[in-house]
Amino acid sequence: MLKRVFREFIKGLWEEIPPFRLVLGLCPTLAVTKRVEDAIGMGLAVIFVLTCSNVIVSSVRNFIPKQVRIACFIVVIATFVTIVELVMQAFTYHIYQALGIFIPLIVVNCILLGRAEAFASKNGIIYSFADGLGIGIGYTLSLTALAAIREIFGYGTFFNIPVFGPSFKPFSFMVKAPGAFVCLGLMLCIMNMFKK
Amino acid sequence: MRDILKLFLAVTIFSAVSGGLLSLVRSSTRARIEYQQLKFVKGPTLKEIMKGCQNDPITDRFKIKVGKKEETIFVGIFNGQPRAIALEAFGKGFHGPIGVLVGIDVKTNKIIGIGVTTHSETPGVGARVKTDPTFRAQFKGLPITQTFKVKADGGQIDAITGATISSRGVCNAVNNAIALYKKLRPEILKRLKNFKSKTLRS
Repeated sequence: MLKRVFREFIKGLWEEIPPFRLVLGLCPTLAVTKRVEDAIGMGLAVIFVLTCSNVIVSSVRNFIPKQVRIACFIVVIATFVTIVELVMQAFTYHIYQALGIFIPLIVVNCILLGRAEAFASKNGIIYSFADGLGIGIGYTLSLTALAAIREIFGYGTFFNIPVFGPSFKPFSFMVKAPGAFVCLGLMLCIMNMFKK
Repeated sequence: MRDILKLFLAVTIFSAVSGGLLSLVRSSTRARIEYQQLKFVKGPTLKEIMKGCQNDPITDRFKIKVGKKEETIFVGIFNGQPRAIALEAFGKGFHGPIGVLVGIDVKTNKIIGIGVTTHSETPGVGARVKTDPTFRAQFKGLPITQTFKVKADGGQIDAITGATISSRGVCNAVNNAIALYKKLRPEILKRLKNFKSKTLRS
């Protein structure tokens, strides 16, 4: 059993890592990866919401009538998202401002509903917990990697600390929307090369 | 029929539990969120108005009910005395209301400083009412007995070039703040008499 828990956890880090393998939740991926700080903030929010919603969905999976399961899943997810939003507003106000609309939009992020429907509603609590945590951490790693590339080339900084000398001219294409698409595409391409 | 009832019950229970949980979280984070919002939205402006005060005016605030609305009064302590207050009022700008925080010395009834908090004026033009220090410095030290107007309206304030409407909006906001202060003065003085700061530094 322990082996399976570990397997469910580890699959989120490479085999099914969102948004590369599990190509879901692209909208926030493109929008919040301008700076590493924002990406990690978003990632942490998703880890929390995904793990909690997976556990709750899995623990009530036998009571929910099939016809209204999606509505119930969304209520669970929305509750945790709102909790995250309030807590972020209270304690890390500047990250809350940077992430803006993308925190409430976690509700409609396909990764969460996808995991609830595809995994948590069919598996036990411990496995669902491992799955949520793994996928969440995988998502955070992807966002951070993407944000690191974009921030380093787009602003010349990493975690707001300058990495190049003063003569560096920022490649501002990277922090604009097209840069996000190109960067994501290149990373997907590299990952597919490794897969083969 | 029984099936429908079951569906109905499931969604109702889920919604009720979630609603209860959220209201709990909301009520326990409310004070903190209010403080954070004040700190990030009004904090920088307030700090500049209350330059040299010995406390944190955001923490040392109180509210007075005016009709249905609550007005927040920020208190600044100078030389150990609650000498200054700041309050916010709005004036109509070019694109919407301009929020202005006005600091008033309660002993001399003079303006100690003003600053724009929220606005939606044109960047680089009207938005300069917030960023231009010489514009807002014009209000400093003036007694609150006068009504503020831009020079184009026969007043005493030099408007920002190309942004007369925004400048007028700021003047109106200051006038509104002063009117509010005059109305609330007895109540404010009463509160300041027994005022205990939570953040006083010597």
